[in-house]
Formats: sequence, structure tokens, C-alpha cells
Amino acid sequence: MRVALFVTCVNDTLFPGTGRAVVSLLRRLGCEVDFPLAQTCCGQMHLNTGYREEAVRLARRFAGVFAGYDAVVAPSGSCAAMVREQYPRLIGRDFPAVHDLSEFLIDVLEVEDVGAYFPHRVTYHPTCHSLRGLHLGDRPTRLLRKVRGLELVPLPGAEECCGFGGTFAVKNPAVSAAMCADKVRNVLGTGAEVLCAADNSCLMHIGGTLRRQRTGVRVMHLAEILEATE
Amino acid sequence: MSATFLGMPGNLSKNTDFPKNAAKAVQNSQLRFNLRKATHTIRGKRAAVVSELPDWQDLRAAGRAIKDHTLRHLDRYLLQLEEAVTARGGHVHWARDAAEANRIVTDLVKATGEREVVKVKSMATQEIGLNEHLAAHGITAYETDLAELIVQLGHDFPSHILVPAIHRNRAEIREIFLREMPGAPEGLTDEPRALAEAARLHLRERFLKAKVAVSGANFMIAETGTMVVLESEGNGRMCLSLPETLISVVGIEKLLPAWHDLEVFLQLLPRSSTGERMNPYTSMWTGSVEGQDFHLVLLDNGRTRVLADEVGRQALRCIRCSACLNVCPVYERAGGHAYGSVYPGPIGAILTPQLRGMGSELDASLPYASSLCGACYEVCPVAIDIPQVLVDLRAKAPHGLAERAGMRAAWWLFAREGRLAAAQRLAARLRRLIPRRLPGPLGAWTDTRDVPDIPRQSFRDWWKESGS
Ligand code: SF4
Repeated sequence: MRVALFVTCVNDTLFPGTGRAVVSLLRRLGCEVDFPLAQTCCGQMHLNTGYREEAVRLARRFAGVFAGYDAVVAPSGSCAAMVREQYPRLIGRDFPAVHDLSEFLIDVLEVEDVGAYFPHRVTYHPTCHSLRGLHLGDRPTRLLRKVRGLELVPLPGAEECCGFGGTFAVKNPAVSAAMCADKVRNVLGTGAEVLCAADNSCLMHIGGTLRRQRTGVRVMHLAEILEATE
Repeated sequence: MSATFLGMPGNLSKNTDFPKNAAKAVQNSQLRFNLRKATHTIRGKRAAVVSELPDWQDLRAAGRAIKDHTLRHLDRYLLQLEEAVTARGGHVHWARDAAEANRIVTDLVKATGEREVVKVKSMATQEIGLNEHLAAHGITAYETDLAELIVQLGHDFPSHILVPAIHRNRAEIREIFLREMPGAPEGLTDEPRALAEAARLHLRERFLKAKVAVSGANFMIAETGTMVVLESEGNGRMCLSLPETLISVVGIEKLLPAWHDLEVFLQLLPRSSTGERMNPYTSMWTGSVEGQDFHLVLLDNGRTRVLADEVGRQALRCIRCSACLNVCPVYERAGGHAYGSVYPGPIGAILTPQLRGMGSELDASLPYASSLCGACYEVCPVAIDIPQVLVDLRAKAPHGLAERAGMRAAWWLFAREGRLAAAQRLAARLRRLIPRRLPGPLGAWTDTRDVPDIPRQSFRDWWKESGS
């Protein structure tokens, strides 16, 4: 199967390791992965900050770049939700199907055990757009449970927003930080070594706070854990 | 509409915005504790009673459909309502805005010769600042809902739709009663029962004396002209039934076409708002009932403008249950006062800027008072897609110069992959120079968080080199 990777602008620029992990994981599972170089950004930041016109132009660009692919995979619940939920309102229905990584693995490739090995204590934060936008449900944790050596510990208050919210984090910094403080307290309470999620933008926010507080807890994208082997 | 947030507490002046109000509120640890405790309790109760109903999503869809249908034919149903109320001896008054509604009510009260009115908890009268307007004309309005009474006695402002005094704990309530309530028992404790008993004794006197009552309504039935009020304490029913004159101020969107539509809403509302299967008191009346003169004031106050907006009009489906407030992580930290309106929380963030416009800094900041986490949409019993309306309002809100420039620049980079790649390479080269504290508006990021390390190579460069 030939799939196009939509790596997202955030991962492309700041977290290339996540993109590399997706490529390696999908190849291991027998997919042929393509990365259309003309891709940039889905337009979510512009739309959500109130710049609709710019968002529409980026959405059109996206639809053109990915036209003709059987499937587009994105390692971001938030960007996948942007395309699937918002594009119909912005540019009509003429754009390819976009799957978040865990949807692609479970619904399209129909695998739960991806052959990963990661001997650490991990807790999972379901980001809002993957939870309430894409309705990923337990897909990510089903994948994590099949990882050898991994101990998955539940995160109290998991469904509560971490306070990132794109430009919300700088427009309403006090509330954003207060929300993150509670998230961090819950993460620390689990005793996990690693906090995992399907969105690096939320992890950048929670991880940035964890690091500022010198907690020693690492953040990792789901793709990087699933890619890890012995 | 500047008259809508009368009696604004001193810390909420005009020259402020949501982020500043919220920044102050999050530092108040007592407030945060009170809010967290209260919202999480109601949140849990709601979740439990909603999960009991296997057809909840169908009920929700029905609620939405009935409201949408009514709003589409609002002109017809309003006239039908007027006819039905009039036929049963009631009087219907039409108020274009807050000023008109206040004038109508004040004139009606003056005509009775009374100087005091008792009030049933009502959002519409809060919205128009009725109590303050009456006071300016020498008429005293007594709130009879326990929480509204606490707010009124404390010279305070409501911070929640259903629980206006949610920001107060019982120790604070006790102090307010001792200080402000005539005849408060000397040894009053902060036991909920003692507080409620003190309020009951205080209020009973008012009920028995009152000749005029002012209320709102949760629903109005066009077919029959019936008004419906749901409440928990029974105080509302006393006010509705004892006085000789009853004046109800109701927003025009509170309409339902037919009696049987209540079947849906009497299930949706109590479960969503108080987390009860059924509310303790449901009062219904039609026109002027024996011995009582009934006046209905139908309030527009910006609603027809909201109705004209294709995306925003869904806010008029709202049945003021407060479920969205109780699940909102932003409301939980910022508190209701930060929203500078009688409608706080997610519904306030989409309703206030539509009703009042976005002319003030505060109102223009409200559509941004959300992380777009979507928890509000998930619980809303009439399926108002609050995040969608927020995003739509953001596109209409005024944007600052610096932000516009930044967003244009980002768009320019994203418009051609070559520009993005060049910017990424530049960032990689300067990666060691990124300061721990960022300058300008981005400093808000580094106040509490570290910046991620800039990678040596972007993903696209890796792909070109060794990926494909
Ligand atoms: S917007 Fe929905 S959830 Fe919020 S108060 Fe209105 S009806 Fe309730």
C-alpha cells in the first residue's frame, strides 16, 4: 500500500524524530511511504486564531498536494481533525482521507501488535482533538498495551485539556499554565517515566513545563514508542 | 449595550480583557478551590444521570431539531404565543432592547403603586440590569433564589448561570448573612442547613408581603400560551403564585411550538443542569390566573441579530443548563466574573460577543477565552457546536497589528515549501542562540515552559538526504 505522510509543520520543523519514526514503523509493516515535498501546514493555526482566508488558501494547497493518494497518514490527532472536521466547511469535500497514525494502524492496516519493545513505565494523555474531534477512543492504548516491556499506567483526569490550545497558550497564558499545572501534577502522580500522546504540540506544552520544573519525566510521541524495538 | 453588566465588581473595569481578569482570578487559591470542588461535583452528577439514558443522543438531537425549527419560524410562533396569552387574559409587551424592557417593567410596577417586588431567579432580568433600573426609580427588588440572595446581599455579581454564588464557600456565606441580612440569627453556623433555614425565615416574610413578582421563564409554549419555570427550592413557586401582579421577562428564543415538546426538554434540562432526573418544582401557568394579573415582556435585546448569523444563531438554542460551564477547564480556573457578563463560561464566550458586539476590549477577547478542547460541545444538551462558533467569531474579531503581521509572515512561509525549508535551515543554524526566555508576546510561553530544542535538521531535509 502506498501512503503519503503528512508530517505536519510542527513535526517537520521541531520534531523530525516523530516523522522518521512513522516512516520506519510503516515500512516495517510493509507500507510504501511517500513524503510529498510540497506540503507545509494544514492551516489550523490560522483558522483557530481568526485568519480564515489564509486558512482556506492553505487548505486548498493541502488538497492539491495530497490529491491522488489512497491514504494520507498524519502523526497528529489535531491536524487530522482539522482536515476531516474543518475542511468541508472551508473548501468543500474534495480532499483525500486523512488518518491519524493510530487510526491508520488499527482501522486500515488492522494491526494492534506492531512488534515494538519499550521497557518503561508510560502514561498516556488523550489530547482533546484526538479524543473529542477524531474519537480515537482506545486505539492508542490498544497499541501501547501490545508493546513488549511497556507498563501502561492510567492518567487521572486524562480527558481534561492540558491547556495548550494553539495560540491560546500565549493569548491566555495564566489559564493555560494553571491547566498545565494540574496536568503535570497528575502525570507526576502516576510515577511514569514517559508521558505519551498523539500530538507533539500538546507534548511541547506539557513537556516544556515538565522540563522547566526539572521533573525528569520525558515526553514521547506515540509513533516513537511504537517504532522502538529491541 | 453598556447597561448589561451593571453593578460590575470593582476589579472588572471597562479597560480590561478576559486574559487580564483571568490572570487575577487564577491567583485566588480560595476561588479556585471553591470552583474546582463545585464544578467537579455537578459534573460527576450530570455524567451519572446522563449515562442512565440509552437514548440520550437521540434526545439531544430532538432538542436541537425542535429549537432549530422554532427559530426558523420564530415570527409565526411568537404571534401565536401572543394570541394565546392574550386570549387567557394575559398582557403581552414587546421590548426591542434592555432600555425598553426596563421601562416597561418599571411602569408596570409603578402602576400598582408598590415599592417592592420579589424576584424569581432569571437570567433575562440580569441581562438587562433590571434590579438596578428599578432601584433608580425607588423600587426595591428582592432576589428569592438562595444563591441570588447571597449575591445580592454580598453586593456581588453572579459568576455561574445556575449557581450564581458558586465562587462563595459556606464560611463566606455565613459572614454575608450576619453582616447584611436583617434578623440573621446571632449564633448562625456555616452548616448548610442552618444557612438555608436563616434564608428561609428571611424570605418568608418577603413572600407574604409581596404584591408584585418578577420572573423569567425556562420555556414558553406557543400553542397554549403557557409559561414554564423549573426550579429546585420552591421559592420561585411562592413568588409566582402569591402576588397579585406577575411580570415575566423572557427572551424571544425561549419558545417551544407545542406542549408535547416539553417531553424532550424536561428530560434534557434537569439532567444537564443539576444532575437530577427531574427537578423538584415545575411551575406552569397560562395567562392571568384567578386573582392575578399577568404581564409577559418579550425581550429581543440583540437576539434577532444573532438569529441572522448563519453560524452564530445556534447559540439561541441554549436552555441555560450550565453543563458547558461545569466541564470547561477555562471557566474552572478563571471563574465567572472574568467573562464580564451575566453569561459566563463557554456559552458566554459565544453569546456575549454576539449580543453586545465586539466593540470593547473585553468582548473582543471572549471568543479567545477557550482552548477549543470541545468538552462543552460534548455535553451541551442542544448540541451547540461552541468551538465552531468561537472560531467563527474569531474571524470577525478585531486583530492587533503585531499579531496580524506575525500571522501574515507565517502564512507567507507556508505558502511555498522552499520558504519554509529556508526558515527551518536558518533556525537550525541559530539553534544555540535561542534564549531561555523568549522576547515579546512569545515570552508568555517561556514564563512557565522551556522551549523545545531546535533540531539540527528538519524532517524534510532528512527525507531528501536519506528518507526516500
Ligand atoms: S450552551 Fe448548551 S451546555 Fe451551555 S448552558 Fe446552553 S444549553 Fe447548556
